[in-house]
Amino acid sequence: MAEFQISDRVDITDVVCPTTFVKAKVALEELEEGEILSIRMNDGEPVQNVPRSIKEEGHKILKLIDNEDGTYDLIVQKVGE
Amino acid sequence: MAVDYAALKKGGFMRQKQKNNFSLRLRVVGGNLTAAQLAKIAEVAETFGDGHVHLTSRQSVEIPFVKLTDIDKVKAALAEGGVEPGVCGPRVRTVTACQGEAICPSGCIDTYTLAKELDERYFAKELPHKFKFGITGCQNNCLKAEENDLGIKGGIKVKWKQESCIACGVCVKACRSGALIMQDGKIILDESRCNFCGRCCKSCPTEAWEETHGYMVSFGGLFGNHIAKGEPVIPFIEDHDTLMRICDAALTYFAENAKAGERFRACLERTGFEKFREKIEEVYHGGISDK
Repeated sequence: MAEFQISDRVDITDVVCPTTFVKAKVALEELEEGEILSIRMNDGEPVQNVPRSIKEEGHKILKLIDNEDGTYDLIVQKVGE
Repeated sequence: MAVDYAALKKGGFMRQKQKNNFSLRLRVVGGNLTAAQLAKIAEVAETFGDGHVHLTSRQSVEIPFVKLTDIDKVKAALAEGGVEPGVCGPRVRTVTACQGEAICPSGCIDTYTLAKELDERYFAKELPHKFKFGITGCQNNCLKAEENDLGIKGGIKVKWKQESCIACGVCVKACRSGALIMQDGKIILDESRCNFCGRCCKSCPTEAWEETHGYMVSFGGLFGNHIAKGEPVIPFIEDHDTLMRICDAALTYFAENAKAGERFRACLERTGFEKFREKIEEVYHGGISDK
């Protein structure tokens, strides 16, 4: 974790598809280009699909961290305004 | 003079319950029509039908309540707008397709281009019974490939590229087949589990996969009076020309082996699926065109 300078964190474990992606997208919009967001998501459908949606938005995925409690942290660097 | 219903049916005119009224089936390929074609269809439905159209279960459009006496006028009017009648009866029917990779983020193959090609190659080809092609772009199977006599499903065969991988772990979770594991920063692919869905490479942030886009073909699907799922022979066909040879071979097999009025499935069951399998494998490995 220490290898990334996290600017902000968002927890999307309390919502379901498609709000998972929307919540993550809104959080990314708050950041400046190059800043890093950590997105906490549930195992299952969110971790299967949200990373790909973030990629398709053009952001840079750096790492997926298994918290070993049924959640994952996706580390994303914002690309674009 | 007696009305030749068989000829009318062949030309896409389907007899209705209402005497002397026909529902005209149109030739649609891969579920796409231009706005101009739709406008012409609307105009013909207003002028010669009762002002409505029916969207068929296989992506065609029918204009009901066309009168027998107007058939030639209707054909001429449609032709002005680049619209042709479709077909019914014992021949190759509408080639259906999902939107595929040209439009859909999940698509692994260009379904529409392939649908047009199959339509040009086989449309209305006379056979012992109806023959349906359906093309779906990926494992989501929106187009239900296996319910067709010959179903084509797009997929991606992948090979991990270590030099581009950042070991983020996204692909391991994106894979729904449990085909990927990460060990010491390396991705290990269990090919026996991979279903070519392409979710690993589509989710990969660094394009660390070598991709071969190809086809999974199923034979003998039925979804009418009898329901049967089309069965595969070759797990993954990597190139377009081989796919075409296999489609040619399947149609030839059907034409040569089926009795009149026998669907492909029934023909395969009667003659033995193994015999067909051998034929397809021979074409696949031999590279001999069977057309």
